[in-house]
Amino acid sequence: MERVQRPHVENFIRWAADKPKVVVVSADLTNSCEVGKWRDTYPDRFFSLGMAEQNLMGFAAGLAREGFEPFVHTFAVFIYRRPYDQLAMSIAYPNLPVRLMAFLPGITTPGGVTHQAIEDVAIMRATPNMTVLETGDATEVESVLDVAHRVDGPVYVRFLRGVVPRLFPQSEPMALGRARVLHEGDDVVVLTAGITTEEAMRAVPALADAGVHATHLHVSTHKPFDDPTVLAALRRARHGVVTLENHTIVGGLGSAVAEVMAENAIGKPLLRLGLRDTYAHGASQAYLMRAYGLDALALVRGVEQLIGRSTGLTEDDLAQVRIESVHSLAKAEAL
Amino acid sequence: MPTPATAATADLAAVAHRIRRRVFDHVMRNGGGYLSQACSSAEIFAALYGRILHLGPSQAPMRPVPFPGAPSAANPDYVSGGAYNGPHAPEYDRFIFSPAHYALVLYTALIEFGRLAEDALEQFNRDGSTVEMIGAEHSPGVETTTGSLAQAISQAGGIALGRRLKGESGRVWVMMSDGEFQEGQVWEAVQALVHYRLDNVAVIADVNGQQCDGAMDDVMSVGSLAAKLQAFGARVVEVDGHDIEALAAPAELAPDGRPLFVLARTDPARGVPLMNERAPNLHYLRFASNEERARYQAAFDAFGGEA
Repeated sequence: MERVQRPHVENFIRWAADKPKVVVVSADLTNSCEVGKWRDTYPDRFFSLGMAEQNLMGFAAGLAREGFEPFVHTFAVFIYRRPYDQLAMSIAYPNLPVRLMAFLPGITTPGGVTHQAIEDVAIMRATPNMTVLETGDATEVESVLDVAHRVDGPVYVRFLRGVVPRLFPQSEPMALGRARVLHEGDDVVVLTAGITTEEAMRAVPALADAGVHATHLHVSTHKPFDDPTVLAALRRARHGVVTLENHTIVGGLGSAVAEVMAENAIGKPLLRLGLRDTYAHGASQAYLMRAYGLDALALVRGVEQLIGRSTGLTEDDLAQVRIESVHSLAKAEAL
Repeated sequence: MPTPATAATADLAAVAHRIRRRVFDHVMRNGGGYLSQACSSAEIFAALYGRILHLGPSQAPMRPVPFPGAPSAANPDYVSGGAYNGPHAPEYDRFIFSPAHYALVLYTALIEFGRLAEDALEQFNRDGSTVEMIGAEHSPGVETTTGSLAQAISQAGGIALGRRLKGESGRVWVMMSDGEFQEGQVWEAVQALVHYRLDNVAVIADVNGQQCDGAMDDVMSVGSLAAKLQAFGARVVEVDGHDIEALAAPAELAPDGRPLFVLARTDPARGVPLMNERAPNLHYLRFASNEERARYQAAFDAFGGEA
């Protein structure tokens, strides 16, 4: 599997070259959000608003009203926590095309509780007019720009930075409201998003080797959450469903799946893995994923709980799984 | 009817009187309401629509449409209350109305300037109406949703920045109340307006010293707004908020790179001195007794002007 160094940096510059209405609004985290070179390339389209996020939301709204397409770049927590009223009233209510590029989703930062966006999907899902996306690899970091650009309204994007794995071929860009089918099996259904997908891509083949066959869906659109591929997979799960999210289990992917299951009378067990209604703290991503049960091993143990038996899989078995970039198995008509 | 942007001072003083009278009338017929806001800001609205704002003709129906549903990608029927302030064009000004609790005063001003039918006030605060008590951007004359106070100035800043990028000559006028300056967002906005030298933004603030809980100096004093704004680098003019000429004069100043703040000192009981008896509880007039109501009715009957 390829690991890509800062895919956003050059891609966003290329992408914006023929889109003069695209502007960047930044909040003193310009290089941290990988738009320092963008600023130097397009200085007339870059606006530093400083550490003042409430005002930033209003400025972005005003620019959008005048026909510009603002891409707000800052950490997720400074988008949905600090200036939520401004986000809701100045941007979401009027359904303005502001793109909120939310960096450091979940426990991807050692910055600790103040920097870890652990309930953002819940809050953004509950915000009318908001489209909620999450990137899981370099291909999605690159292609989410087109997806967001085509949405008539505000878009919140959980964004990955730094060294990002390429799990999906560049020939298969992100598509709005379409999950990727990464593995098929009838025993259980596993749904992941963002950084938990790579974990599941380690766990699911190992489970198959141990005789437990999972359908694995990678979700990149949290809202709207009406993908027929997801519904079909949920219906097919023999033992039940497991969600694994880099987020509190309240209000995020697990809750969205629960809503779909309940509304469609899919009476099967659902196990929601993620932060169990708790804040985290400052430490490495690998440590936090282990400590809070967001990694491949946690998923294996969850599946075992669901099927009611042990698979005998150990941490070493999972470490040996080699991840290749995968084409979605979803049938063409489902896409 | 005064012609916008050219009206004579005497005519506008009469307009201000009629704005107060219409609001007073409405408050009496509805058993209470936002009267002190009209008392303090009637001349501000008269000066804005009659002298300051450069607006085209209203693009909206004289009789407001019913509430068409909240804005969304699936709702093509949503209408902008900003259409009452004329078309968006490079040379025209924008009017951004911030203290949404003044909605009744704004509606009344639109009536006075022929942009809204007189009987539109019958829809005020009625179920299913766009003529809402506090309102949002579907309400007549309202371009941005600002009932959560202090958000207008930031939105105006973004609009002004966008207009400058497009090379438009029109200005962005924001009507604010002094209580909003308690919100930190206002100061975030002022520093950004100054940083980006957005001298196409002009704010006119009703400095009446009042807020919901009472006198600002008791609730949370803001000190000298003029000194604070000047320290931020803004251009500040303090005027008598009941003097049409004084209110209109700062708009003639040549832009100098600084956002303009016109601080209009006003009396929240202007025209209805009876209200001083209830000071500092002026935010929303509720009658404590039939006796009080009768005294206000007598004050209204003696108010003067056409029925």
